[in-house]
Amino acid sequence: MSLSTSKPPAPRLATPKTAAIAARNAADVQLRGSWSLTFARLRRDPASIGSITVILLIVAFALGAPLVAAWTGHGPTEQFRDTGLSPSGIPVGPSAEFLLGADQLGRDVLVRLAYGAQVSLLVGVVASIAASVIGVVVGVVAGFFGGPVDTVLSRITDLVMSVPFLLCAIALVAVLGPSLPLSIAVIVFFSWTGLARVIRGQVMALRHREFVEAARSLGASRTSIMFRDILPNLVVPIIVYTTLMIPSAIVFEATLSFLGLGIVPPTPSWGNMLADAANGSLYLIAWWMVVVPGGALLALTLAFNLLGDGLRDALDPAASKGGKGA
Amino acid sequence: MALLEVSNLVVDIPTEDGTVHAVQDVSFTVHEGEFFGIVGESGSGKSVMVQSIMGLVAGARTSGTVDFRGRNLLALGDEAMRSVRGREIGMIFQDPLSSLHPQYTVGWQIVEQIRAHEKISQQAAKARAIELLERVRIPDAAARFDAYPHQFSGGMRQRVMIAMALSLGPALIIADEPTTALDSTVQAQILDLLDEMRREFGATVVMISHDLGVLARVADRVMVMYAGRRMELGESANVLCSPAHPYTAGLLRSSAFNREPGTPLVPIAGRPPSLLAPPSGCAFAARCPDAMSICSERPPLRRYDDGTEVVCWLEGEPGEPPAPELPPAVEARSDDPAADASIVRVESLRLAFPQRRGPARVVLDDITLEVRRGETLGLVGESGCGKTTLARAIAGLVAPTAGTVTFDGHELSTLGRREWRSLRRRVQVVFQDPFGSLNPRRRVGSIIGDPFRIHGLASGQGRRAEVQELMELVGLNPEHYNRFPSQFSGGQRQRIGIARAIALKPELVILDEPVSALDVSIQAQVLNLLDELQRTLGLTYLFISHDLSVVRHVCDRIAVMEGGRIIELDDADRLYRDPQQPFTKRLLAAAAPEIPRTPARRRLVRTARPREAGPAPVLLPERAIEGARR
Ligand SMILES: Nc1ncnc2c1ncn2[C@@H]1O[C@H](COP(=O)(O)OP(=O)(O)O)[C@@H](O)[C@H]1O
Ligand code: SF4
Ligand SMILES: [Mg+2]
Repeated sequence: MSLSTSKPPAPRLATPKTAAIAARNAADVQLRGSWSLTFARLRRDPASIGSITVILLIVAFALGAPLVAAWTGHGPTEQFRDTGLSPSGIPVGPSAEFLLGADQLGRDVLVRLAYGAQVSLLVGVVASIAASVIGVVVGVVAGFFGGPVDTVLSRITDLVMSVPFLLCAIALVAVLGPSLPLSIAVIVFFSWTGLARVIRGQVMALRHREFVEAARSLGASRTSIMFRDILPNLVVPIIVYTTLMIPSAIVFEATLSFLGLGIVPPTPSWGNMLADAANGSLYLIAWWMVVVPGGALLALTLAFNLLGDGLRDALDPAASKGGKGA
Repeated sequence: MALLEVSNLVVDIPTEDGTVHAVQDVSFTVHEGEFFGIVGESGSGKSVMVQSIMGLVAGARTSGTVDFRGRNLLALGDEAMRSVRGREIGMIFQDPLSSLHPQYTVGWQIVEQIRAHEKISQQAAKARAIELLERVRIPDAAARFDAYPHQFSGGMRQRVMIAMALSLGPALIIADEPTTALDSTVQAQILDLLDEMRREFGATVVMISHDLGVLARVADRVMVMYAGRRMELGESANVLCSPAHPYTAGLLRSSAFNREPGTPLVPIAGRPPSLLAPPSGCAFAARCPDAMSICSERPPLRRYDDGTEVVCWLEGEPGEPPAPELPPAVEARSDDPAADASIVRVESLRLAFPQRRGPARVVLDDITLEVRRGETLGLVGESGCGKTTLARAIAGLVAPTAGTVTFDGHELSTLGRREWRSLRRRVQVVFQDPFGSLNPRRRVGSIIGDPFRIHGLASGQGRRAEVQELMELVGLNPEHYNRFPSQFSGGQRQRIGIARAIALKPELVILDEPVSALDVSIQAQVLNLLDELQRTLGLTYLFISHDLSVVRHVCDRIAVMEGGRIIELDDADRLYRDPQQPFTKRLLAAAAPEIPRTPARRRLVRTARPREAGPAPVLLPERAIEGARR
């Protein structure tokens, strides 16, 4: 900074014009926006970088499933009983023809893995988003209104939390028959409760903050306070929880399919691929039938979990690592 | 004799945004038995400095030396440092609640502290703890030995902290803003207690404060810090009555207690530099009324014959900038020309909150009050006496249990929904906490635009234009329309709150401790802004504060509250000259005294030029002089 112009103007600060200049000078050190800071923090965390990479690769793999099928020349449900199975009917292992081996019907595991990834990601993402919308609405309404509204909603949440998931799923499927939409509905129904509780607690704390009182004193309506003032302060828990919900929804779906309650064969899904392997203890001779879908499932859920943790730290470093003592 | 000698201390703290140069080349000496004050605005590095002396700043890079009883504290290992802390140097922090463990009794914590450093029996330690609690005047000390921290009031907790700091008979006590979180009457008691303990225990006290008034009361010598650097150091009478540094002079001019009521304060323009990239020359240059072109180089240390040391290029006395001119006042507005002189009438107002157990808690008790159009009515009292609740009742945000509040002839409890909403345009509130009252996740433009949106008065480009005009009016840069509140300083945030409050041209603005959270120089800016807005917009203010000197400076009439009642209400002048109630007298006694300005009679004896660049300037010849004098 050059100070060659000798004296600065006398501080007649009370007049807005000079104060505005002062404010302008003072703001010279431009602060970084919160998003760019978040990305900077994420970039410095190897676990987050690794998990983002894994997720992007799997997404690309899922989107490219038709390409994989075209490249190998094997359809997802096409059976190659002559090349995929040994003369005695045993599936062939990883080879030039079947990169990740074949399954008990001579289908290409690689191609099925790619199409299964589509199902897993679709269910994981759609179910988590739907569940978090429900969770946020229930949590915000319960926390904001309190009283009887809160009591009713909280009891409903408790009720859903105490219903045994598998029993309920089996019963529903027995009545309605397995399908993709039903799997998603079941998963959503059992997933929103955790977020609803978290959000309710946060809203109860936010409701007493001074800025809410300020909005009230300006004459803002309740809807306006809920959506304009409170909701933006919940962005961090919502993002983190939704991210962490994805892997559990994926595992839910795999569980349902494994038990024959989810995706209907022959449509591939990671869950029913694992079920095929378990059928008749095939995995004892065809290890790739377990290791491939199992490994993919593990990698994807682990990646989402790590990303969720990384996001939490990056979005709200003060809360997770203890504030800066001043 | 010197007890603590800090030379060329530099503290850098690496952070995500870059390195914070929290302390830069600070040297000072604390003599045995003295009360040494360190003053500076928040963020000037005072706390970091003393904490790094004590080895409490994790990750800090320090250089220089801190000589305490012949040892360099900066070079001491963790183990050795732990035994110095508590045993030889006691510390008292601003917030006693966070330094006392909530799950243990107060007595247990003092006993533990003693037994961690000395091999004495449980009984002996307990006896000593009780004696200490008595010494710091905790009533019924033996019985309160087993109380938990939350069972004490703020002032009592600070007394416990003092007892704990004294428990091992340390040679030095470092107190970091020990009274900032307390009411002014309690503040005065704690200061007196500290001073008394110093005499009784023969300890030396280093006290940090951002408040000149506080230090003027007790300190023997003071050091003024700014942006991590030392500005002025000397005997407190010399420094405060005839400041040699433009920054010290500016601080005094902007302190409300030090100016005639009704005269505008003279704020220091602008705000402190970022410690991430402090200027290489004088840190104060951008705000200094005496700045010269040479000030872009590191200023020299000048020593005067009265012992005052000043780091500044200026050789004479700092200049006196003219006070800001205030615009002429306009008549207070009224929609109804026949309306009477009062805008708000409160009659026999009573407010009680029901409690889970026991009878309802009476917060406001039989309050009758009138706010006159165009005046500034002050409301003072200690925290918890019901000031904010009264303000909320007047604003119509809480319903009274009994009694009435009438705004411009309309009784609030009888208003329908529509009328209540239209009332919201005529009464506005500026909240105490500039950090809590702005939604952290919304942009400033939308925060200030809220009143227009809620009342459907302007939208799109029109709203944006209105908001930017308001930002200009309160002294914010309209280009910062899209920033978030966290990107502004405390004073700027309070301006945002004020802009939001005046957006709809209200008649009454309730100001709940609007400057309590701000530094003196920033306080002055905000107080002048409020004064100016009142004059140009014809506003009526209800001004709430616990700080009598601020209230006296801005108010026409003052109401004193105690325990939910208004015990005294009078013209500001009369109340000051002739208080009737004992509580009012106590409040007045606790308010900071005016510091008389005396012309300086000092002669420059020596100038030490800083070495070019590098943290350690040549100060050696300086020492030689000091040595020769001893
Ligand atoms: N642990 C820390 N890490 C990084 N910066 C810090 C830390 N503690 C304080 N600071 C920064 O150092 C500067 C000086 O702070 P502080 O000593 O608390 O000022 P004061 O006590 O004078 O108000 C501030 O900019 C503050 O944000
Ligand atoms: S060195 Fe210059 S800019 Fe700094 S305080 Fe002194 S006169 Fe002002
Ligand atoms: Mg501090």
